[in-house]
Amino acid sequence: MDQQISVGVDWTACQGHGLCAELLPEHITLDEWGYPLLDGTPVHRTAVKRARRAAADCPVLALKLKLNTVANTASS
Amino acid sequence: MTASTSTSTTTTTTTSTTTTGAPPRLMPLYGSDNLASHVAMHGAPPYPAAGHLVRLLADAGLRGHGGAGFPVHRKLAYVAEAGRRTGRKPVVVANGAESEPASAKDRTLLLRAPHLVLDGLQLAAAAVGADEAHLAVEAGTGLAAALQNAAAKRARAGLDRLTVEFTEVPRRFLSGESSALAEHLSGRAALPRYPQPPVRERGVGRAPTLVQNVETLAHLALIARYGAAWFRSVGTADEPGSMLCTVHIAGRRPEVVEAPLSAPLRRLLMLGQGDPVQAVLVGGYHGAWIPAAHALGLRLSDADLAPYGAAPGAGVLAALPADRCGLAETARVLRYLALQSAGQCGPCLNGLPRIAAAFTELARPGYPAGVREDIARWAGLVVGRGACHHPDGTVRLVRSALTAFAGEADAHAAGFCRATDQTPLLPLPEGN
Repeated sequence: MDQQISVGVDWTACQGHGLCAELLPEHITLDEWGYPLLDGTPVHRTAVKRARRAAADCPVLALKLKLNTVANTASS
Repeated sequence: MTASTSTSTTTTTTTSTTTTGAPPRLMPLYGSDNLASHVAMHGAPPYPAAGHLVRLLADAGLRGHGGAGFPVHRKLAYVAEAGRRTGRKPVVVANGAESEPASAKDRTLLLRAPHLVLDGLQLAAAAVGADEAHLAVEAGTGLAAALQNAAAKRARAGLDRLTVEFTEVPRRFLSGESSALAEHLSGRAALPRYPQPPVRERGVGRAPTLVQNVETLAHLALIARYGAAWFRSVGTADEPGSMLCTVHIAGRRPEVVEAPLSAPLRRLLMLGQGDPVQAVLVGGYHGAWIPAAHALGLRLSDADLAPYGAAPGAGVLAALPADRCGLAETARVLRYLALQSAGQCGPCLNGLPRIAAAFTELARPGYPAGVREDIARWAGLVVGRGACHHPDGTVRLVRSALTAFAGEADAHAAGFCRATDQTPLLPLPEGN
């Protein structure tokens, strides 16, 4: 069993501050209105710390970390 | 964003008939709005032993009739389990807040067979161990008073285990969304919320909450009495049972009909009889346009409609005559949908008005270059990026219109519109 972290957005809270895209550019970019576009892939091992910081530092706490437990052999 | 609160649309927009094929189950021709005749016809609600109803519904294969089509037994089992796990008694909500302007089946059902819905609400509440039951309808429909009256008669007859609380929600497109409904019943604004944790886990007053469409509850009340095999005696093995549809045909009043799943669309819409039709809207304003040439051969089933991005959903069907402009029709609806955004989520708040404005341009002959590309790009930017499915549903309508009316869009690009009749087909609330 492996633990994967992915990011999600509480869209009702997000105000497009854009901090998350600065801290986690490999997973988050901003759309033409300044709201985060997520690439949908699990956060890379080396970026987990920055992902936690991005979630903690979001001014409106709209960035959510989701913990997915993944069986090594199964597809999901 | 103010919904029109004035007149009742309950009786002005609909008449009801039965459809050909299976006999009517939910709305018999004679007065089942009367408690005595309801009980004479169906008997008192049969409260089953714990777990029995869930198994029965699983065997029947009943799915929700609010639009999403989620298997009912799974939701019931989840809410019952969440209640045991959290130690919180669940809440059950009958969703009669039919905020889709093109749908009239829920209010028609509540007028014509209120006791079937109230039976279903009581049975579902008993099945999940709920100690609180609500029935929500739209404000201004006049339904709440009639239902309260019906509930008072049931109380005197001793049919109900729980007292039902009746609530009117604001007349807005998203009021019937399950998290918006749970928010409203928790004393907050009727707006969708971030879907984690889900309503079934933490809904009204933070209790596990079962939200079921009123038609779903009426089917449930019949399955509890007549069983899974009876339910499966119409429809197909994969998609059993019947459903209520609101059918829009130009020049006629919208009609609510009960149809077996897998009924041919051409029969429901009387295609091929009378004026030629160019496209069919399936599933309402979050649904999809299907060109008539394809729709003619399709049935009212997920299997047939899924390839077109459509589903039977809440049963809205509309036939667009050949002499109307599908782009203009879609643009009207998109302007309404953009105004109905709750304005909470950035992509929806920014994207829907832009899409609606661009589509309005597309609906005019001689629109500027790049409009279609703008619409496609913005559609990609709003889909999947909201707390509720409003952006996703709107994009479904947009993309299907761009496909179904591609020829019309080419004509508009060349500077002319092929339509000769500007009469709007699809209904919108007053002021839109």
